[in-house]
Amino acid sequence: MRKIIRLVGLWEALLVVLLIGSMLLGSLLSPYFLYSNNFSNILGDLSEKSIMILSMMMIIVVGEIDLSVASILGLSSVVLGNLWMHNLPLWVCILVALAVGTLAGFVNGLLVTALGLPSLVVTLGTLALYRGCAYIVLGQLAVSNFPDGFTTFGFGDIPGTIIPWPFVIFVVLAVMVIFVLHGSWIGRQVYTIGNNQIAARFAGIRVARIKLILFTISGFISGLAGVIFTARFSSARADNALGFELDVITIVLLGGVSIFGGRGTLPGVIIALFVVGILRNAFALADFPTETQSIIVGGLLVFSVLGPNAIVRLQDWLTRKHIVATITNYLQRSRSS
Amino acid sequence: MATETMTTEQERQRAPSAVIRVTRRVGQVRELGLLVVLLLIFVGVGVPEPRFVALNNLGEILLSVAIIAIVAVGETLVVITRNVDLSVSAIIGLVAFVSGDLFKEHPGISMALVLAIGCGIGVLLGIVNGLLASYGGVPSIVVTLGTLYIYRGLDYAVAGGKQVSAFDVPDRFLSLATDTILGVPLLIVIAAVIAIIFALFLRYARIGRQLYAIGSNPEAARLAGIQSNRLVLLAFIISGLLSAIAGILWAARFATVDANAATGLELLVVAAVVVGGVNIFGGSGTILGAMLGAIVLATIQDALNILNISAFWLQAFYGAAILLAVMLDAFIMRRLQRTYLSRRLR
Repeated sequence: MRKIIRLVGLWEALLVVLLIGSMLLGSLLSPYFLYSNNFSNILGDLSEKSIMILSMMMIIVVGEIDLSVASILGLSSVVLGNLWMHNLPLWVCILVALAVGTLAGFVNGLLVTALGLPSLVVTLGTLALYRGCAYIVLGQLAVSNFPDGFTTFGFGDIPGTIIPWPFVIFVVLAVMVIFVLHGSWIGRQVYTIGNNQIAARFAGIRVARIKLILFTISGFISGLAGVIFTARFSSARADNALGFELDVITIVLLGGVSIFGGRGTLPGVIIALFVVGILRNAFALADFPTETQSIIVGGLLVFSVLGPNAIVRLQDWLTRKHIVATITNYLQRSRSS
Repeated sequence: MATETMTTEQERQRAPSAVIRVTRRVGQVRELGLLVVLLLIFVGVGVPEPRFVALNNLGEILLSVAIIAIVAVGETLVVITRNVDLSVSAIIGLVAFVSGDLFKEHPGISMALVLAIGCGIGVLLGIVNGLLASYGGVPSIVVTLGTLYIYRGLDYAVAGGKQVSAFDVPDRFLSLATDTILGVPLLIVIAAVIAIIFALFLRYARIGRQLYAIGSNPEAARLAGIQSNRLVLLAFIISGLLSAIAGILWAARFATVDANAATGLELLVVAAVVVGGVNIFGGSGTILGAMLGAIVLATIQDALNILNISAFWLQAFYGAAILLAVMLDAFIMRRLQRTYLSRRLR
């Protein structure tokens, strides 16, 4: 039993080693890595991903997945840009962008829960659909004449600190998720569904409703990420955040969340967030293009999807060995008596 | 008494075959439906815009389908086993660049060697996908999402901002895409030959049937002694190889290749396959259907072009096509299960 506990802690220990390793790598790759304003850069680059991992984590724990998050981000960004281009007040643009994101997530959830389709396939379809809608809304145009207040919120730091404004949103949301997921009955229901959906239903948990809510939250958060992305780059384009789903899913799985649901904690995911953020930053400082960095992120995804699986198999094997040992012990004792 | 048991016995024997018959008919209905859709598009667009149905435009459509069709054949094999290969577009891009770059960096290199290297890369990448998806025991859609970015990253690392253009490659390589056999473009012939080989393989070869068995009921397939992991690996290797062949043809057809070649093509390929009636839940579908799916999508793309509708609509359209096809499949499956259950209960 102690062995099993040690194995669960193994993954978090591995993450801390990875985190330290990526920091060392960063300081080796570039002399600018350890500058304090580079720390602000790292946090800034994680603005959208940091909030998107929160909803993605809950969706994967419940046993589903959302591949369409980056497309929802792009869609919400161009909706914001298009409305601003047509001279609507900024707060209206933001509200509509958030509403579109929420609706997109709601549609995902409806397709998964009401029609009983697998979320992998549904969100692969909506990955293409929502990105396509983004192109329909704005085409090749880019909207960039946003007011100063909005863009300052995007890439400015809290005065006197090196913490960018969007990071505050992450901290607030993360605290909420920790309380809900790890400290309330809702969180326990989410884990129960992820562990055994049928048992959860027999226990009276409204499986479909919780999934629908989680997909809708994922849409809302992706929409919010779209607003932040637009503010941070002062640019609304249809191809904004193309491929972000790779990083978001990688971080969640690297954080120790099982792809089959039911396992994983937010602290692990947050360590993984910084591992990926620091690695991307380090390689960017060393002038590796984004696509080449993706070799490492993709590799981490494959590693983290296989890793917990391997650990589970090892645990199974150990338990089996434990049971066999107990039985042989018992047999020997009964024979000798 | 004896006759009664006889009839129930006969019925019991007939029940599964009836289900197979229904499944086949559903497949045929899907293929017929796609033909009707094609006909409707040709009439609907061809009447106001006669140049749409002109012979050279039809040839152009088939030519644009050819490369997609080759990849769709491999994807069909993978999807039949209840898996997905999202990395195809990155394999196409990598092989397209490498084969063009080999001619550029080593003028006078023999074409056979380039083809061999290209196919070798495809097989290797397919093995990686297959090992991860089968023996790794994790959902292939997640694993191949990872390898999609890994392979595309390798493409960028190899290309490093370089570009191969038509001047860098010999004419005999470019002629792969422009030659004709008896008036039919070589590209279309290659695609057709590959499609026919694998259609026969899936329908008649033992391994082909086993692929269906794995997809339709993995547990039953295992109990029947089918080496699932090995066969899933094989399907991924074939998918990698066919993507590599498509990549070589891509380089020959477009001549100008950089690290971006074929980006995002995986969604089109998956859309073609599922629209063609290859069930995304595994276990059913034909090469013929996938080919029709690819042709329908390419025809619609061409029609949008002729009707002057912005190409920006295309991606949304592919996404909607995937969703609709999957909803239809789920609906049909549920109906089939109900038929099967009611037969058994009777």
